[in-house]
Parts: sequence; C-alpha cells; structure tokens
Amino acid sequence: MKYIKPFVSEIPWNCSWFYFAMSLSIKQSEDRKNGREDERLLQANNRKLTTYFGYPDNAIKTSKYNALNFLPMNLFEQFQRLANAYFLILVFLQLIPQISSLASYTTVIPLMVVLSITAVKDAIDDLKRHQNDNQVNNRSVLLLVNGRMEEDKWMNVQVGDIIKLKNNQRVTADILLLSSSEPYSLAYVETAELDGETNLKVKQAISVTSDLEDNLELLSAFDGEVKCDPPNNKLDKFAGILTYKGQKYLLDHDKLLLRGCIIRNTDWCCGLVIYTGPDTKLMKNSGKSTFKRTHMDHLVNVLVLWIFLLLGIMCFVIAVGHGIWQSKIGYYFQIFLPWENYVSSSVVSATLIYWSYFIILNTMVPISLYISVEIIRLGNSFYINWDRKMFYAPKNTPAQARTTTLNEELGQVKYVFSDKTGTLTQNIMVFDKCSIYGKLYGGSCDKGGSKVPDSKKEKVDFSYNKLANPNFSFYDNTLVEAVKSGDNWVHLFFLSLSLCHTVMSEEKVEGELVYQAQSPDEGALVTAARNFGFVFRSRTSETITVIEMGVTRVYQLLAILDFNNVRKRMSVIVRTPEDRLMLFCKGADTIICELLHSSCTDLNNVTMEHLDDFATKGLRTLMVAYRELDAAFFQTWSHKHSSACLSLEGRENKLSIIYEEIEKDLMLLGATAIEDKLQDAVPETIITLNKAKIKIWVLTGDKQETAVNIAYSCSIFDDEMDRVFMVQGKNYETVYQELRYRTARAKMKPESLLESDPTNIHLSTKPKMPFAVPDEEPNGNYGLVISGYSLACALEENLELELLRTACMCKGVICCRMMPLQKAQVVELVKRYKKAVTLAIGDGANDVSMIKAAHIGVGISGLEGMQAMLNSDFSFSQFHYLQRLLLVHGRWSYNRMCKFLSYFFYKNFAFTLVHFWYAFYNGFSAQTVYDSWFITCYNLIYTSLPVLGLSLFDQDVSEMWSLCFPELYEAGQHNLFFNKKKFMNCLLHGIYSSFVLFFVPMGTIHNSERSDGKDISDFQTFSLIVQTSLMCVVTMQIALKTTYWTLMSHLFIWGSLGFYFCMLFLLYSDGLCLMLPNIFQFLGVARNSLNQPQLWLSIILSTVLCIIPAVGYIFLKPLFYPASVNKVFDRIHHCMKYPLPPPVQTRLKHASLRRSAYAFSHQQGFGALITSGKTMKIRPKKKNSSPFKN
Amino acid sequence: FFIVGLIFIPIGIGIFVTSNNIREIEIDYTGTEPSSPCNKCLSPDVTPCVCTINFTLEKAFEGNVFMYYGLSNFYQNHRRYVKSRDDSQLNGDSSALLNPSKECEPYRRNEDLPVAPCGAIANSMFNDTLELFLIANESDPTPTPIRLIKKGIAWWTDKHVKFRNPPGEGTLEERFKGTTKPINWLKPVYMLDSEEDNNGFINEDFIVWMRTAALPTFRKLYRLIERKNDLHPTLPAGQYYLNITYNYPVHSFDGRKRMILTTVSWMGGKNPFLGIAYITVGSIAFLVGVVLLVINHKYRSTSNTADTVAF
Repeated sequence: MKYIKPFVSEIPWNCSWFYFAMSLSIKQSEDRKNGREDERLLQANNRKLTTYFGYPDNAIKTSKYNALNFLPMNLFEQFQRLANAYFLILVFLQLIPQISSLASYTTVIPLMVVLSITAVKDAIDDLKRHQNDNQVNNRSVLLLVNGRMEEDKWMNVQVGDIIKLKNNQRVTADILLLSSSEPYSLAYVETAELDGETNLKVKQAISVTSDLEDNLELLSAFDGEVKCDPPNNKLDKFAGILTYKGQKYLLDHDKLLLRGCIIRNTDWCCGLVIYTGPDTKLMKNSGKSTFKRTHMDHLVNVLVLWIFLLLGIMCFVIAVGHGIWQSKIGYYFQIFLPWENYVSSSVVSATLIYWSYFIILNTMVPISLYISVEIIRLGNSFYINWDRKMFYAPKNTPAQARTTTLNEELGQVKYVFSDKTGTLTQNIMVFDKCSIYGKLYGGSCDKGGSKVPDSKKEKVDFSYNKLANPNFSFYDNTLVEAVKSGDNWVHLFFLSLSLCHTVMSEEKVEGELVYQAQSPDEGALVTAARNFGFVFRSRTSETITVIEMGVTRVYQLLAILDFNNVRKRMSVIVRTPEDRLMLFCKGADTIICELLHSSCTDLNNVTMEHLDDFATKGLRTLMVAYRELDAAFFQTWSHKHSSACLSLEGRENKLSIIYEEIEKDLMLLGATAIEDKLQDAVPETIITLNKAKIKIWVLTGDKQETAVNIAYSCSIFDDEMDRVFMVQGKNYETVYQELRYRTARAKMKPESLLESDPTNIHLSTKPKMPFAVPDEEPNGNYGLVISGYSLACALEENLELELLRTACMCKGVICCRMMPLQKAQVVELVKRYKKAVTLAIGDGANDVSMIKAAHIGVGISGLEGMQAMLNSDFSFSQFHYLQRLLLVHGRWSYNRMCKFLSYFFYKNFAFTLVHFWYAFYNGFSAQTVYDSWFITCYNLIYTSLPVLGLSLFDQDVSEMWSLCFPELYEAGQHNLFFNKKKFMNCLLHGIYSSFVLFFVPMGTIHNSERSDGKDISDFQTFSLIVQTSLMCVVTMQIALKTTYWTLMSHLFIWGSLGFYFCMLFLLYSDGLCLMLPNIFQFLGVARNSLNQPQLWLSIILSTVLCIIPAVGYIFLKPLFYPASVNKVFDRIHHCMKYPLPPPVQTRLKHASLRRSAYAFSHQQGFGALITSGKTMKIRPKKKNSSPFKN
Repeated sequence: FFIVGLIFIPIGIGIFVTSNNIREIEIDYTGTEPSSPCNKCLSPDVTPCVCTINFTLEKAFEGNVFMYYGLSNFYQNHRRYVKSRDDSQLNGDSSALLNPSKECEPYRRNEDLPVAPCGAIANSMFNDTLELFLIANESDPTPTPIRLIKKGIAWWTDKHVKFRNPPGEGTLEERFKGTTKPINWLKPVYMLDSEEDNNGFINEDFIVWMRTAALPTFRKLYRLIERKNDLHPTLPAGQYYLNITYNYPVHSFDGRKRMILTTVSWMGGKNPFLGIAYITVGSIAFLVGVVLLVINHKYRSTSNTADTVAF
C-alpha cells in the first residue's frame, strides 16, 4: 500500500510500526486470525498495521449464500430439518429394489416440490439481504486519504482511517471522536437505531485531539495509537488508551460514536475508526434472533413422533404377519411365485417387508404437512398485513407480521406483558392545566366530574402569536386573556417556563422552531410557553433568547443547576436585560414546598389543592418558583460554585450543597399539569382483553405512582377490585412476608398457604423439575404492584414460585422501576412455570429483551426508534390494535390451524391405513391399494387446495362477533381445538374411515361381476373404487368442517374433486398409457368401472358411513359437553336471527366511562400517595449530558 | 339421519331383491376330498387328467349365463406377483418382446431366450379346460354339449388397446420368433387359440388372467353362454355334467378351484353385501335419528330454561 504521509518522515513511522509489531507479540496477530482478540491496537492513518492484524474492513454481510454455494448450502440446511431428512431417507429406501414397495417417484416428486418452494423462498430472502448489504456498503463517506478528503464507499473504510461526517449523516463505523465543528468539540448524536432513544446524546472529544479540527494537514499527521477493548456488544462500555505524542489519554464511551447513530446539530465531525463492519457494536448486537417456535409446532412434533411409533408398531405387526404367512402359505405358493434368491427364510422376508411397509405407510407423516403449515401461516400473516383496520393512517403504518410462524399462537395468549410509556400511553405530554398564583387555568373538565368532549370545547386561538406551534391546543381562553392583559404573574410564570429548561432549539426555516427536548415533559412546557407568547428562540452557552410577546429579549445565562434524582428540581440563574438577577426553579412539589419563602404559605396551600386536583386526574405535575437574587450574594455564590466545579473529589456533593444555598426562599409562581396521553381506546381494549381471560401485566421502568395511576386510568385496576397489594420490600425476608402472609396470598386464597393445598402438594412432590404451576382461583379481584427492588429479591430461586403464584392470582399486575433485563426475567418466569402463551408488547429499546423473551413479541412502531419493532414478531402503531390482532386474527389463525391439523391428520390416516387392512388380504406383501400416481398426487394436488382453502378462508364467526364476545377466545388459551385428545379423535376417526373405505369396496367386489358379466374384482378396479370413495369422503369431511363458505372454498373443494376425476381420465387414458405402458398401467380402468352402478352405490355407502359419525359427533357434542364457546355460538345465532344492535360495543364504552370516573373519584386513599410522588417528570438525565455544565 | 334412513332402506331392499333373483351355482372341483371325482388328478402322474362332475340345476337360468372359474387362497394380489409383468411387451413393443423388463424375474429368460409373455402372472396362467354338458333327460343318455363362447370375455380396452401382438408381417409364430414360452405353459403364446384375432397376447383367456384380482379369493370369467331366444331358458333346469381337463395345480398351497355359473342383473352378479349393508346403515341411521330427536328435544327444553335464567 502506497501511503505517503507528508509530515512524518518514513523512518519514525516505520519505527513506530516496528515498535508495535515487536511489542505486541506475534501471538496476538495470530489470535486475531484465530478469531480471538485480547485487546485491540491500532494507529491512526496506519493501514499497514490494520492489515497486519487482519482487522476486517467495513463491509457487512448479512446474506447467507452466493450464487455458487446456494444450492449445496441451501440443500444442506433444508435436510437438517427432520422431516426433509426423513423423506430423503425414504427416497433412498425406495431405491433399494429388494424393499421398494412404491415407485420412488411417489416420494421424489413431493420432496422436490417442497424443497424447491423452500429454496425459492430462501433465495428471495437472501437476494433482499444482498441488496440491502450492497446499499449499505456502497454509501459514501469522506475519507482522509493522502492528505485529502475523498469520497469513498463505506466498505472501503478500515480501522485506523480518519473519516469526516456531516450533519445528519449516519456514522459509518465505531469511531473515536477527534474533533467537531461545535465548541468544546461536542457532537450530538441520535441513537435511535441502537437503543431506541430519540433524544440527542452528546459526545465530546478529548481536548488534545479537538485541536486537530478539520485541518487536513494536522489530521493526516495525527498518529495517535489506540489500545482498547476487543470488539464486543456492550453499547455503553468502552475503555481505551490513546497514546499521542508520548502522552496517554483515557478514552471512554463518551468519546465513541457508534455505527448506526446519526449526527445531529453538528456541522461536521472527524473521527478515527476503531471498529469496522462485523466488529462494530451495532453488528455485534444484532445477534441472530432466536427462532421462536409455537406450542403447536411442539405438539405437532410430538404427534409426529407418536405417529412414527404407531408406524413402527404397525410395520412390526405386518412383518410378523408376513413371516407367518410366508411360512404357512407363501412357501407353498412358490410354484407360482418363487422366492427371490436372497430370501432364505420367512424371517428374512419379514425383515424386508418391515421396511417395505415403512415406505408404504410413510404417508401417515405427510410430507406436505410442514409446507402447508408454512403456507397457512404466511397467508394469515398477509391478512394481518393487509388489515385496513390495523392501519394507522396518521403515521402511514400498517400492521406488520414480521415473523410468519407464530400466527396461531396469537390465538392462545394468556398473559400480556405491556410496557407503559409509548405503549399504553402515547408518550406525548400535553400541557393541560396550570395553576398560576393561586388561579386555576384550563379546568374545563371538573363540572360534574365528567369530561366535556373535546370537540365541543373551543380551541384557544393563538393567532396573535406568529411563532405558535400549530399542533398545540389548549381549551381555556381565560389564560390567553390573562396573558394578553399583561398579568404580571402569568408573564413571569411563562417566562420561567421558557427559561428554565435544557431544551435545544433548531430553526431551519425562519419562524419554524423545532425543539429538541431531552424529555417530552420539558418539551411540552416550553411549547406551552411558546404558544402563550414566550417563545424560546435560541440559546448559546451564555445566553437565552426569548421573544416575549413579540419583543426579542436576550437573557444572560449565568448558571444551570441541573436536575438529578435526589434534587428532583432544576434551576437557572439568568441576568435579565434590565440587569436583574433571577433564579427560576421548577421541580417536584414536595421538594419545592420546603424551599419556599414563608410569605407564600397561603398561596402554597391553594396551589397544593390544585395539585391534588391535578393528581387525581392522572396528570403529571411540576411546581414553578422564582427568586430574585442580590448581585453581591450571587457573586459570592458564583465563586463558590466555580471552585466546587473545579474540585476533583466529591464534586457532586459539594455542588448539591452549593445549589441548596441558593435555591431557597423561593417565591411560588404556580404549578403545571401535563397530561400523559393514553393511546386511543386503551381502556376499552384492556377491558375486552380481560374478558377474554387475558391477564395484563404492566412492566415499566417508571415510578410506582405513575404506573399505578396509569393502571387505573386504563382499567387494569378498577374500583371493583377487592384490594391492590403493594410489594415494596427491599430484602428477601420482607418480600417473602409481603408476598405470602402479610398481604397477598393470605387474603386471596388463605388455603393456598396450607400444606394440604393441592398445589403445594404438587410442588413439593415434584421439586426442581420443569413443571407447570396450575392455575389457582383466588376468592376475589386483586391487583398487585411490585417494585423493581422487591422484584430483584423475588426473582431469586426460592421466591420465584411465591411471586408467580401470587401474581397469577391477581387480575392485574404492575411492576414498576424495572430494568430491561428484569422485564425479560419476569416474562421468562411466567413462561417457565405456566403452560401459557405470553405476549410482550413494547415500543422502546428497553422492551427488546422482553419482546425477545416472550413467546410473541409485539413492537409498537411509535415514537421511540425502531429497535423494538425490529426485534418484534408483529408490529403496529397503536396499542388497541392488539385486541384485533389477538381476538380476530389470532383466533382465526388458531382455529384455522387446528382445523387444518385435525383434518390433515385425519385425511392421511384415512388414506394410509387402508394399506394396513389390505395387508391382511394380500399376504402382507406390501402391495399398495392405490395406483402409485394417486399416492403421489393425493397430498400434493388432490387434497391440498381444499385444506389450504379451509385454513386460509375459514372463519367460524365474523370479526364483529369475535370482538363482541371475547369469551370465544378462551378456547384457544386452553388449547381446546387441537390437543392430544383431539389428535386421538382424528386417529380413531381415520382408522374407522379407512376401515370403511377398505371393507365396503371389498364387500362390493368380492365374488361379484359387472353387469355385463365381466370381471370387476380385479385389483385396478378395486383401487379405483377405494380412491374415489376416499376422495368423496375427505371432500365431504372438509365440507362439513367448513363453516364459512366463500366462492373460493366452493371452488377449491368441489374443484378438487372434479379435478380428481379429470386427472383420473387423463392418467388412465389410452394415449398416456400407451406412451409409457410400464408407468401408467391403469389403462381404461376409469372408463370401464365408473359406469357400474354397484360401484357408485359402494362409493355412496362408504361416504355416508364415514360421515355419519362425524355428523353425529358434531350434533351431539354441544348437547353432552356444552362448552362456553357453544353457548356463545348459540347467542350469536340468536342475535343473527333476531337482529339486535350488537350490545357489547356500546356497553363497553358505557362501562369504561363509569369505571374511569368512579375509579378516579375513589382515589382519596391513594391521593396522598399519588400527589406525594407523581411530580417531577423530568427523566433522570445522565451526568454530563447537559452541554451547559462546562 | 331420517333422510339417509329413508333413502337407504328402499335402495337396500331393491338391491337385495335384485341380488336374490340372480341364479348362481358354484361347483368346487379341487378334488381334495377322496370322494370327489377329481381326486385322482391330484397326483402329478396322471396327464392329461380328465374328470367329470355331475350337478343339477333346480331352476332354469334365464338370460345370458356366465361361466367363471374361481380360485381361492390364490394370492394374485401379492406385490411381487402383481408387478411381475411387462406391459410394454404385452402392448406389442418389439424391443420389450426380446428384452423384457426386470420386473419379470425370475420368469424373464429361459434358456437364454426371452420369455413371451414374461413374468409370474403370465407363467401361472390358468389352464384347466372346462366343458359343460346337459343331460337332456333320463331316457336319453347322449348329453348335449352347451355352446360356450370364448370371445367377448375381456374388457374392450384391454383387448383392443392394452394388449397387442407384436407388429410385423407373417404369422404369429414368426412375429414371436426369438422368444420362448413360459415354463409352466404347455403351448407357446402363439398357439393359444386357432383364431387369429384371439391368439397371442390378445387371447382373451390370457387377458382375463392378466387382469390380476384384488383379493386372494376371486373368480374370472371363463365363457359366455348366450341365450337362444325368449322362449327357452338359456340353461333349463336339469342334470348337467362338467368335464374338466385338470392341469392346474392348487392343492400344494391349499388353493381351491371352482366353476361358477351365474346370471347377472343391472348391478352385476349375486352379491348380497351391498343390499344388506344399505338396509343396515339405513335402519341404524333411522334409529339414531330418532334417538337424536329425543335427546335434542330434551336438551332444548332444559337449555332454554337455563338460557333464560342465565341471560
């Protein structure tokens, strides 16, 4: 590589390279080659070293195949699937002439079809990945080469290169920030793609490199060496040492820009590439998503094993039979049919026959089962994707089934784990009310306790303010009038809101302000101030520009006393243009109260009342106060402050003490109330889901008070609950007590604590085994709230079960203050001990773990990034689509899958077992009943379309009814429609059918003749009768199973039968048979036989005989085992006959209204709790995240 | 259910009656019993062995009468037996004639010559000859032979499409040149019959045999007895005797041989199975229907009260 460095002579450069190479033992580079790496070493602008260590370049490859290896690799992968391998073995078995009882094309053709369908699908998928990779790899970036910035492709970037990124560009690789256009070498990045957080993060370069700026000469000369961690997947960990000009500098993750981030608010920045391509933290994190399998898959696998077992037994029986036959009859029959010369005794013959029958009866495990299942799931996924009622127009986001294999699981969900922020709530904070100097504004909803519908309210006209945000709406004109009239307090209030924050503004077009807030609450407050005429326009590190009622004023920013969790408040100190020193503070009411000047006690009392009022309405509240400072006092304070800032030890503590010195004697201005808006129709959805016996657990990182409040407002808890338990213990013992005796279980189900309780016995007898905790019925409606700390204790080995049993008895469970990992743990816990399907729904990066852990992960494609969505199995943009997804699509998918499976097994049993009966009449010689073409086509062509049609189009009740009667959903949770019992039913029915299908034709043709006296009892005619009867029987069966007839189902069902007859005549036609007489042997059979009345009589008889038990069963079942489902069906039929207006919809709304009103008014007991805590809404900021600290 | 019952019972009765009206007589001539006239033929030494069995028709057979031979315990449906044939050869394919399919083993070649027709099925072809004589009356001892028609016993498609003699000019013997007869056969394939259109592969006895039976007990059409006119029954009641040229060995594997004479109806030969089955199913369906009606009635009344309470 020719690489000229203009300012460093060749020799030292080479020396340093040598120094490196020598000091880092050769072993290390070998390690690298072996895939291990203890630590990473690199030098800026030194590609030789990169090549030496063999770091990969920045190209990524997510595709699996290329043109050459596609076929072998894909085939290899496909044959790793058990079913495919099994059929491959069968093909080989069939190729052995001694045991081949079927022409091998009967298996080869279906296998080829199945394999090629899968291969085409894989190829298309991989092609997409190729395109994606190409697109990413060919993005261009500015790369420093030979002292010049050149555009190059992403994939050409290498470790040690220096690249320059512009605003809004994606970060190419994991780079060390060297310098940027902003002061102090700050760079702002959006990390949505990595952790889902949309707020900006700040990165800062170390000072020594920030001097490089974008000076090409300096950059090219930069030869710092970096020693750092080997590539890993920890997004928030990075440790390294930069050695530059003999000095060592510590590097941490604040200096690292990760691939996938987007540069914001920064004109340019330069960085040194540390990790590239597959080594980047983004790629390391995009680990292979675990392949989720459904319960149904497991069940089917178990059943397939059962079938294998059955198959083995049957083959054995037949082989024994053959052995006996061979010695009793076959031995003497040799005059006409001599034994093959390799058959020395009947035992040998029986062994061979065992395998022959294995081949013949293989259709019991139908090859098309797996592929059909895939097709059905794909089809049902498309329904979800196409569902217009799950399309969210405002964001143009349709629902998306990202995994196509989990559909029927949607119909079995028992536990829903929901995130709060962004899932139940919109994560949109709306400035709803405020109390200014003892006066309440925005309170149009407290008359009679019922809300005036939004539409009736007059929106406040903000037209007087050119800079107003058009999206903002407020419904109380008195406040605007107060602003317009120049009320001093109101002005001061809004001024404080527009000054006291850490929001950044961006004004791309004149007059169009965009705020970048670290928390939506702050954004809401600043936006409110802006609309009322106090427009925060821009800020520098020393000034804040505010347009006050049209007048631009510049405030000098003297200090920001930042927020943290202990302080629960933030303040700014500004110098007004009139040279007054003002401190504005906002914070949690409990905190601010204590800091107030004694003169505002009265005002405080009034405001507190207002705050209580706000709190009961579920609003988030903040108190706003100010203080006018004395210049001299501020001077001294300022000195202390700056010295504290510089102190190295205990800086935090010192600062907070100093902050407290100045944040006192505050004058109360008022309080704000921000509404954390629930998403549309959340309470209704939750009520509906509850009716479907789906338990909803809210897992949130938020505070307990907020979470409980939201739980009430979205009806997870309601006033009818007997009690809500709080578990807040901080250690093992208390949590144990709380869970077990003091509160929860003792009340819910006292007997469950006794030794004699069946569950306890069950648990004590089966220790340490994976087992399922049975459902227990509590004696009332309870709710449980548990905090993250307690959860950490409760999740320990021996408390797990206590927690689970307690929690599962509750109607609603709220877990708050959860870490992302804990969310996953809770999901795992339920998954492990409850035989139930879990669904996790969330929108943020912190929900990813639980989305991945649950059986089904649902991502809300909402505000916070794409991370959750990318890891989810299903995604949509509104929480209330969940009820449609579960109750309509899930139920349908489940029902369809169950019908499909039971029918599919049935039809294959009926088809295959005929051979078993026939074995007793043909000397167990593995003679097939059917024409081998029929065997080939039966599953693949003749019967596949009807069953696919059934499982794609069938719906037992329409979507309206399934939403109206959530009770219908319960059947799926208990897996009533297809389980081992149902399978046994299928098996028995199949055995019965095959019995009928064999013996009725046999009776018909035995010792019988055609009406013209010619033979009818020949083998080929017999085949034809059995085949045709079979087709009629299975067609009738599917017609019976179909509850929803569409044109398609008619077409498929009757079309297939018709097609069968057409195929029959084609396959048995003169032309085809004469062309290949040895392959198509059934010449003329159809013509000669299908005109015989006795044959048709026999077909009708078999069909009726096979159908009668099924009809009887369908008829009798609801009479003898009335399931709740059937009752609902009855009601539906009743409703359909006497069309009532569907009552549930209206009732739902009604109920929820009453409920929510009641729930809130009943809050008194909670009032104190909620008011006390639900206050400071600013999300905890990370240290250093405020740029203004420096 | 009622409908099923109501439809099935009459059909069943109809079928049953029709089936019962069919005249059928079955004569076992295996000869395993010492008393049987054919007992002597069991030993392989007597060739050719001819035996005679007397029988009486109680009632006259009217309409066309069909003569079958029936075999029991004969596994014509054994897999290896069924596939031991070469349809190409039988279809007159000349390459297959000289080089039969592997499936025909071990009856593929004999003494280095290809076997025509090859395979176990052809090799085991039934080769007893049956003749029927009417003993007109006690006084007249000279029996009247019954005319047995040997053509028209195979399926039309088989005779004209599926089976063909090898192409070529000249006599059949020339066309089958280079092949040898199956081991068990007495005569080569081109000498099965004297008539040109019933000889070689298109010999109808051969074709009938080649259509393998589905069950180990089966009957195959042997000869037709056409009715003469409306006035006289085809086979009047009386004394008959059956003359058998006994060639076909079945006693080694406990097989049985029978001769069957039968008339047919619109639904074929005598087979009470369908009739009985229909009647049974029909009556069961009817009964179940009644039971269900009762249950349903009871359930409705109870559940209706329950429903009104519940909702």
